[in-house]
Amino acid sequence: MQERERIFNRPSLQFLGLLGVVSAAVTAANLGLPEGSMLHVSTYAVTLLGKYLTFALLAVAVDLVWGYLGILSLGHGAFFALGGYAMGMYLMRQIGDRGVYGDPVLPDFMVFLNWKALPWFWFGFDHFSYALIMILLIPALLAFIFGWFAFSSRVTGVYLSIVTQALTYALMLAFFRNEMGFGGNNGLTDFKDLLGFNLHTDGMRISLFLASAAALAGGYLLCRVIVCSKLGRVCVAIRDAEDRARFIGYKVERVKVFVFTVSAILAGVAGALYVPQVGIINPGEFSPLNSIELVVWVAIGGRGTLLGAIIGALLVNYGKTYFTAALPEVWLFALGALFVLVTMFLPRGVAGLLKRKEAAS
Amino acid sequence: MAPPFQNIPGRPRALRLSGPNTPEKFMTSQYENKSGLFRIALLALFLVLALAAKADAAPANALEKLKNNDISEREAAVEMLVNDPSPVAAEVLKALMDGDLYVLKKENQLVIAKKDGKDYAVSDPLEGRELGSVKKRDLRKVGSNNAMRGMIRAVLGKLDLASPDPAARRAAAGEMISHLDQMDSAFLNERLNAEDDALVREKLEAALAVKTLSEGAGKEARAAVKTLAGNLNPEVRRALTKLKDETQNPGLKAAITKVLGNIQSKVEFFSFLETLFFGLSMGSVLVLAAIGLAITFGVMGVINMAHGELIMLGAYATYVIQQQMPGHIGLSLFVAIPAAFLVSGLTGILIERLIIRFLYGRPLETLLATFGVSLVLQQAVRSIFSPLNRSVATPEWMSGSLAVNPVFSLTWNRMYIIVFCVLVFAALFAVLSKTRLGLEVRAVSQNRAMARAMGTRAALVDALTFGLGAGIAGVAGVALSQLTNVGPNLGQAYIIDSFMVVVFGGVGNLWGTMVAGLSLGVINKVLEPVSGAVLAKILVLVFIILFIQKRPTGLFPQKGRAVEG
Repeated sequence: MQERERIFNRPSLQFLGLLGVVSAAVTAANLGLPEGSMLHVSTYAVTLLGKYLTFALLAVAVDLVWGYLGILSLGHGAFFALGGYAMGMYLMRQIGDRGVYGDPVLPDFMVFLNWKALPWFWFGFDHFSYALIMILLIPALLAFIFGWFAFSSRVTGVYLSIVTQALTYALMLAFFRNEMGFGGNNGLTDFKDLLGFNLHTDGMRISLFLASAAALAGGYLLCRVIVCSKLGRVCVAIRDAEDRARFIGYKVERVKVFVFTVSAILAGVAGALYVPQVGIINPGEFSPLNSIELVVWVAIGGRGTLLGAIIGALLVNYGKTYFTAALPEVWLFALGALFVLVTMFLPRGVAGLLKRKEAAS
Repeated sequence: MAPPFQNIPGRPRALRLSGPNTPEKFMTSQYENKSGLFRIALLALFLVLALAAKADAAPANALEKLKNNDISEREAAVEMLVNDPSPVAAEVLKALMDGDLYVLKKENQLVIAKKDGKDYAVSDPLEGRELGSVKKRDLRKVGSNNAMRGMIRAVLGKLDLASPDPAARRAAAGEMISHLDQMDSAFLNERLNAEDDALVREKLEAALAVKTLSEGAGKEARAAVKTLAGNLNPEVRRALTKLKDETQNPGLKAAITKVLGNIQSKVEFFSFLETLFFGLSMGSVLVLAAIGLAITFGVMGVINMAHGELIMLGAYATYVIQQQMPGHIGLSLFVAIPAAFLVSGLTGILIERLIIRFLYGRPLETLLATFGVSLVLQQAVRSIFSPLNRSVATPEWMSGSLAVNPVFSLTWNRMYIIVFCVLVFAALFAVLSKTRLGLEVRAVSQNRAMARAMGTRAALVDALTFGLGAGIAGVAGVALSQLTNVGPNLGQAYIIDSFMVVVFGGVGNLWGTMVAGLSLGVINKVLEPVSGAVLAKILVLVFIILFIQKRPTGLFPQKGRAVEG
């Protein structure tokens, strides 16, 4: 029998070390160095990096279910967006009477819709601790219920992918409706502060960036723990031979539901950190396109490696930022070609490429 | 429609006798120096003639008034003309209605002017004689208002009812009920006796019945109520409801209640039919969009995320063909069908040869790769045609609707979509079940190794199958170009729906796709009035998600090449 893999293997330590060093360096370069300095990192760049880190966390969440459990979810964007909306609702309540209409309780869009009272599901979101619980609970609940039904009726493979896609599509249509009470088309925006601190200060930006880095590290470690445990081995067994794992006596459905739910929670946390940094959450985040795109980050980075997912998310998003600014026409061509080339020639992604090099040397 | 009162032969010129100097002519010409008795008789005759002339003088006065700048004067003139039976009055009224009535500025003469090239050909309505052509600046238009047009419409309707052309009579009969207060029972009765067209008779009888109802509540009213049973015209319903509230007669009231109930259930039946029709037409769109996918996904097991973009290519092909054939909108559609099939089909074969054939048996990988293809195709279209929507014109025979009765009409474009969907389905079915290619497609999908052993070139069949599915998507694009905007995002809107239809119907089953598409369309339209369009769509999605949990293989599961991932 193969020896159990250690949680803190060398690549993990390298990654965590690198993440720590980069975070510290960015913080120092942003706050410590004057604006004119060569090494100064602008607040804009810090926010951008923070955004990438939340995407990386989302990619890790997808990799956990896809790479280790074989579930290709095309709806993980939904969990991300739900976490984001939970955070957005808290931030909306923080605005208080500083909105355009100056209503002390109701967010602007509700005043605009001529609503008289706060809908019941908005109650409690003025407390950060409550919002925090909701950020974890709502994606988890949806994933649990959805996973429970889907996995116990043994919906697998392509069917599961299509059903998850339908799920996020249905949610997108629902959130576009004004009657839902989540701001409809415009979503939630115009945030002012978080925990009483102004969102637009450098200090707040750096804090959010550091929080994202910490969340990524935490999420990564959590996934490592799962992957390296006995549960992780069962996951891989289910991925490779579901029926055999079932016949041996493992409760395949329970394992799937558990891991799927954990993954959804990670995605929700990523969404919650994403929203205060970009300053808006709208139903577009639910669009099936987003969910497919994040699957591609994982595919490019190399699935079933966790680190690969992080690399893929950072690479693709950096490419997106660069190309959409420099050559907007080219971006979709490049992304499309990337999809095709990676699936055809790099089935194990960039991480697979690195591993092969290592083995060769 | 031929103007009914312009070509009446031997038009009487009675109006020409009118005018202030006509009696003098009688007095001073050959009737001089006659006996006293004769003079008295003459005087009597003169009086009669003068009275007649006075009656005939009404249009002349009215025409004089029409020249007035004061709108209330013109209104009075129209009122006079409306009550005038002479053809000239009708002609003037029609010209006023059509905006062809002008005043020659210099001569201050009322004329009918028709645009003739740059200038206007004018004619005198009284004399009916051509006055040559004049410049636009020499003319002043005689304006009309709503009240005037309402009066004119009613009287013209009356004239049309008497027209020798049955089509004109039918049209007039259809509109008659909305200006019933301008008609009298005698006129309607007279027309009813003279009428031999069954459709027009029916309408006349209904109009007469409503008229009777509004005038009295005796025995005739009872009979009238009976005549109106089952009549769906909203005016009839309104008249009946009004009478029901007003009448004191309990027997009549009961009769009306019964008839109204009868009408109501008929209306409900037709509104059900309408919902069904809308649902079927929406379902046809879904089937059209999904049926190509039923082949690529259902038969071949390829998750073709670029399917929507193949539909989009078909729509753009329609746009390009239409640009090449200006002035032949209808014909260009028929050219576009094979063109779109070729464009999308060849693109599909290219995708299959270059990418998909390396990924058979790995459906999730085909999903990612074809999604990449879809992004490239979208951007390509955006770069070539601009990201803005292009408009594709709809031929005339596709707009408008077929009115079955006042509460139920079928719009032509929806009808054509249903017919088109059935034709495409039938053609595809015939190809798969009757041709050599279809046989090979089925053989390869059922047992690839055995089919190859029997000498089938499986790789070629793969390419052709994929091309067929893609081509059908292109044909669907032609249909969609008539319904929605043609833009780079056209395909994205349909891809999820298409997958839902195929999965719901059962992968690998064309009939399943048909049944699933149509039933989803109908379910959607049934829900829509209750919940609103968006919520209906969400409910349908949730329904499918739950359905797949219950029966993961769809409505009609079929064995084929495994699509398990």
